[in-house]
Amino acid sequence: MSINQEFKPKIVAFCCNWCSYAGADLAGGSRLSYPADVKIIRVPCSCRVNPMFILRAFERGADGVIICGCHPGDCHYSTGNYYARRRMTLLFSMLDYLGIERERTRVEWVSAAEGVKFSTTMNEFVSAVRELGPNRRLGDLRCKD
Amino acid sequence: MKKFLKSELTALLNAISEKERVYLPVSNAGQTNYDIYNENSKVDLDTLKTVKSAKEVFFPQSETLYTVTKVDKKIKITQEELEKEEFVLFGVRGCDVKGIEVLDKVFLSEPVDSFYKARREHGVIVSFACNEPEESCFCKAFGIDCAEPEGDVTIYDCGEYYFWNAKTEKGEALTEKLASFLSDADEAPVKEKQQEIRKITGLLPYMNISLDSWHGEATSEKFDSPVWADIYKPCIGCGTCTFICPTCQCYDLKDYETKNGIQRYRCWDSCMYSDFTMMAHGNNRTSQMQRFRQRFMHKLVYFPANNDGMYSCVGCGRCVDKCPASTNIIKVIKAFEKEEGVK
Amino acid sequence: MQRLIDRMKELLADGTVVRVLGWKKGDLGYNPEPHFFNSAEELDDFIYDGFCGANLSKYMIKGSNLEGKTLILLKPCDTYSFNQLLKEHRVLRDKVYIIGVGCKGKLDIEKIKAQGIKGITSVKGAEISGKCDELTVETVYGEKKVAYKDAMLERCHVCKGKEHKIYDELLLDSTDTCDGDRFTDVDIIEGLTPEEKFEYFRKELSKCIRCNACRNVCPACSCRKCVFDSNKFDSEQKANVDPFEESMFHIIRAFHVAGRCTDCGECSRVCPQGIPLHLFNRKFIKDINEYYGEYIAGEDAETKGPLTDYTLVDLEPGERR
Repeated sequence: MSINQEFKPKIVAFCCNWCSYAGADLAGGSRLSYPADVKIIRVPCSCRVNPMFILRAFERGADGVIICGCHPGDCHYSTGNYYARRRMTLLFSMLDYLGIERERTRVEWVSAAEGVKFSTTMNEFVSAVRELGPNRRLGDLRCKD
Repeated sequence: MKKFLKSELTALLNAISEKERVYLPVSNAGQTNYDIYNENSKVDLDTLKTVKSAKEVFFPQSETLYTVTKVDKKIKITQEELEKEEFVLFGVRGCDVKGIEVLDKVFLSEPVDSFYKARREHGVIVSFACNEPEESCFCKAFGIDCAEPEGDVTIYDCGEYYFWNAKTEKGEALTEKLASFLSDADEAPVKEKQQEIRKITGLLPYMNISLDSWHGEATSEKFDSPVWADIYKPCIGCGTCTFICPTCQCYDLKDYETKNGIQRYRCWDSCMYSDFTMMAHGNNRTSQMQRFRQRFMHKLVYFPANNDGMYSCVGCGRCVDKCPASTNIIKVIKAFEKEEGVK
Repeated sequence: MQRLIDRMKELLADGTVVRVLGWKKGDLGYNPEPHFFNSAEELDDFIYDGFCGANLSKYMIKGSNLEGKTLILLKPCDTYSFNQLLKEHRVLRDKVYIIGVGCKGKLDIEKIKAQGIKGITSVKGAEISGKCDELTVETVYGEKKVAYKDAMLERCHVCKGKEHKIYDELLLDSTDTCDGDRFTDVDIIEGLTPEEKFEYFRKELSKCIRCNACRNVCPACSCRKCVFDSNKFDSEQKANVDPFEESMFHIIRAFHVAGRCTDCGECSRVCPQGIPLHLFNRKFIKDINEYYGEYIAGEDAETKGPLTDYTLVDLEPGERR
């Protein structure tokens, strides 16, 4: 366990421009903390996240990937997150099937007003991934430091 | 001629692999391919044809050539090391040995491919005579005798013994290293076995296919033939035939950006692909018919035109076995036979 | 089979169709190839037997651009693929005349060879008119017998049923071949630990030679330019030095056909390395069925696919019903 204590997981968070990215902003503005290991990538909509993005993140050494979008019903483009929900359900189930633990992937709906939720979600997710240890299953060996 | 007991095979492989790498057909997840031998390997010398040919030992499907890094605002290029350790390629069939000869024509003529050359110099080829050639084989059509394959050493499978015949200096050197396993032997059982094999090759349907009309001068007559437009149609444009072929040698050069510099690697490419030889102006072969034609013209016309009549097909029959649409070089040759016979 | 040939000749003669998309006799007794027959005389080389496993529906993308109507022969499972292509407007219904042909299970020559049978000169017992329970394989090393069932493709053991979903007329009889459940293997893998799962797939996928046969043969993979062929992205990496790209290719391939895959089994049939590619597709099918209700792609040409649709109360990712 001592290794896991020191282990700082690399987390990629895809955040929708309209809700979750603003939520992250609010978290920062409210001086709520979340681990610095979370790297946020802003996307126009959770629906923009191509499955390849997620695989590429793992390839490049991510230990966990989280997608944040508007709450169902609140999508800026009306229905984007409904499609994203189905897609990610299937993709994460497939990754689990291939041996990439279910806990390494996550979808969370965070609105622009939910700075607290953003912060707690990230803290939870990071500790869950830390528990699992580094991801060794989908990385590209050439990208290791 | 030497021989060793079949039951001694594992001990012999262990003895070689103590000092050198041994590549040989190994079964993994139900398929047999060449792999590096270790004590846990499921050695499979009975399967006649590995899925991928032995060419991948000298010309791997993908290999890094050099890495470009930035050091103090300067570009630094680090070339990958060339092969410098001896290794043994064990259990190669006659067709694959000939396939390596074809690759030599390409990679060892100027400009020499240093990666390939280093591997060729350090590799010893131990070939295997084919006791049970199959219906898709047509090596005889290309002058290959599967009962007497080339190679540094040739092994014949006769009853409870493997007979060992060293043919080159490299082969003699390997024989010396393995002297404790090998005992002198009489040639008679081998001759007998060869007779048997040749009798079987006489019965196989493709062995005597005629290549008379295929030669270096046949370019215009074959290229413009209406036959192509008809026979290419089943082709789905995958690269199976090219990747399992012992003589296909086209490759692509690609870059991969790691976090610590850019690696330039090469990987097999297939003339069946739409992006093959893509250039700034586009592609010079825009239809699947053209791509299909290219593959067979290259093997049976262009290559012999540039290499003293040597075909770049060795009749291993892998494409016959594996094509998803069951189209292959034999069907091409037969279609032309039919067309030209009618004329 | 004569009945079929006569009917095709009739349709050619009366001008209903100008060509036939069917299978042409091979030269080894087990290797027929898909072929466009342009005249009644050419049909002398026509064959339809147990080895005609190739799904012809994808060839109709090409066929739809040809002048005149094409007669296409579809096995029951092929009709699902055809429907799916229709739904995606990749083939034109008024350019085809469909004869639904019966099926008694299709054969896999690899399975015959796996039993140690070499030097095959002919195979008897694969005729569609026959009983299809035993094959007699003539080889240069002697005659061998193989039970038809033991030589059948994996997909035929878990057949969706012998009912044609789209046709203009039906010919020849079928026999039911289903004797298994198609999700059994998926269930087994789901029960493994992450380590075991990874190891299993790593072992299978490490054989992949990136020949793209699985993609090119797939009736659902009908993009004009595949992302893995496009030099506009870094996804076009061909065979890579690191195994990552293989996993990526196969996940994306399966994901892209999720909800559109009819489980026709062509990918697994053509893989030169015998990778059980259907395990990827079936995982998606199983999940879709579980999460969004039973759905069979290609049952008709109208229903919306599960990934182009949604409900307000879908499961959240990670939830189980």
